[in-house]
Amino acid sequence: MVPRAGGQDPSPVVARRVVSIVPALTEALFAIGAGPLVVGVSRFDQFPPEVKALPSVGALLDPNTERILSLRPDLVIAYGSQSDLQTQLGRAGIRTFSYRHDGIATILDTIAELGTATGRQADAARVVAGLRARLDAVRARVAGRDRPRTLLVFERQPGSLREVYASGGVGFLHEMLEIAGARNVFADVARESVQPSVETLLARAPEVIIEVRAAGLIEGVGAGDTRESWSVLASVPAVRTGRIHLLTGDYLVVPGPRLADATEAFARALHAEAYE
Amino acid sequence: MSVTDGVARSGPPVAGLALPRASVRTRLLTAVGGFGTLAAAACILAPLLGTTEISLARVFDRSIPFQDNVDAQIFFVARLPRVLAAALVGSTLASAGVVFQAMLRNPLATPFTLGVSAGASLGAMLVIVLGGTLATGALAFGPFTPVAAASLAGAAMAASLVYWLATRRGYAMSTSVLLLAGVTLNSFFSALIMFVQYIADFTQVYRAARWLMGDLDVGGFGALGSALPLVLVAFALFARLPSSLNLLSLGDDAAAARGVDVVRAQRLAFFSASLATSAAVSLAGPIGFVGIVVPHLVRLIVGVDHRVVLPAAALFGAAFLVLCDLVARTLLAPVEIPVGVVTAMIGGPFFLWLLVRRG
Repeated sequence: MVPRAGGQDPSPVVARRVVSIVPALTEALFAIGAGPLVVGVSRFDQFPPEVKALPSVGALLDPNTERILSLRPDLVIAYGSQSDLQTQLGRAGIRTFSYRHDGIATILDTIAELGTATGRQADAARVVAGLRARLDAVRARVAGRDRPRTLLVFERQPGSLREVYASGGVGFLHEMLEIAGARNVFADVARESVQPSVETLLARAPEVIIEVRAAGLIEGVGAGDTRESWSVLASVPAVRTGRIHLLTGDYLVVPGPRLADATEAFARALHAEAYE
Repeated sequence: MSVTDGVARSGPPVAGLALPRASVRTRLLTAVGGFGTLAAAACILAPLLGTTEISLARVFDRSIPFQDNVDAQIFFVARLPRVLAAALVGSTLASAGVVFQAMLRNPLATPFTLGVSAGASLGAMLVIVLGGTLATGALAFGPFTPVAAASLAGAAMAASLVYWLATRRGYAMSTSVLLLAGVTLNSFFSALIMFVQYIADFTQVYRAARWLMGDLDVGGFGALGSALPLVLVAFALFARLPSSLNLLSLGDDAAAARGVDVVRAQRLAFFSASLATSAAVSLAGPIGFVGIVVPHLVRLIVGVDHRVVLPAAALFGAAFLVLCDLVARTLLAPVEIPVGVVTAMIGGPFFLWLLVRRG
């Protein structure tokens, strides 16, 4: 609905054409059955496969306003920090939905809100309930088991221990890890990501190391390289017992409807016996 | 000796060259003794300090197997390689700074002026950003990690470009062409780096930005071992430069009149300093200000004779960066400040002071 001059309400209450710049929320839209409403996605959207055929409008740093407008959306999902873009779209009479990056509760609330925005409240409620049930199931399965001190690494310079980025005590990765039956070794750090030095890694001495990689197939970096890189830290319990797990797949790092899959993946790595 | 006096109008060193050799030797020994002690003290003190409490007795307790001895691991795997890397990078950048300042006859020259570091940074950026789509494992070259190998390749490419531009027919490595080529390359590579960051996703942008701030946390001796041969070659070549550098400072014609093969000397200086800079940047990222602050500080203390300045700068550079890194990793513990930020925070006021002092 292109806004016209005059007093006409520029955007309908229920969205019919949606552009999503946030991959996690694109996934959420498809999960609640609003996939057909999506007319444009970001440069980094990968899932579900249908999005690859959709036009791309840029991403966080380079949203293409012209492209977005040309797709005639009535709802644009953008990052909270893209305030200029949201102002521009507001002037064009297009409703924007601001992405809030926080923990699991926020993700579930966001899915529900998207349901309201696209007129699919029932589906959204179903998806949210399903996710809650699966997370509870994971909690139940690992309940009563030992909770190992775990380091969750999501970035690392390949071939070395330089630039290790691990999950701090805040955010969805941390929460998924704790649900999966581990104690985050950096739970006391009130930040989403931590860049620990080698000394800190040795001092914290995690019992399990989980590395998550969004893509990993052709990077030439496999489990072998992972173990080799970490072997320098000989006194770390995870290295000595060999409890180093490399998990690959973008579902692990996207804060969207596949977070239950990711949580289950963590739980399987941490408590293989519980899943036999 | 102040900044704007430049090196060409030096009084004492020209006279110093006419004094009997014993004087230079004495000054050299004093400088090496003094700065050497400082460097040694820094290297011994720094591994003892850090964010974690360790007991020195436990570190050297042979009865505990190394794999179980956390204190020893922290000392020998985390801190000691880091301190040695700081010493290596600091001495390398400081001496490269001295050589570039002499060769370009410009007290504001740094090891990064001629674009070598920009080329190295571009190489590293490309691996950081494209790493997911390329077979990064295959990019590792021998003992070098993919990022280190790529930054060496980028540095080599930049240095070759500058060399080619400056030695084309009719130019014979003229200083002004070198400077122009370097500045141009710096701008060009910076533009490419900006573009690469723009198309990256934001975790890669963050990682790239973090790499540019410098990082000495090498973890184990592998990375050090791979950079060391390059640095040793560079230092061996530096050892042959000081007298030529003294004379080059007077100007190409004056130097030639005193028997210096100017082109050969400049080639040697350019090659050795570029090699040194490439090794340092590929190991730790582009850590700024060491290559310009240390040469100036050293010249304030020992004068401008390169036979004394070059070894003194190497030693003082080591001490300087070891101490900067110590501050970086302990000041706001447990948060670490990137070492490039610490050197910049020292370098900026230092230059302000130099300017004010001159006024």
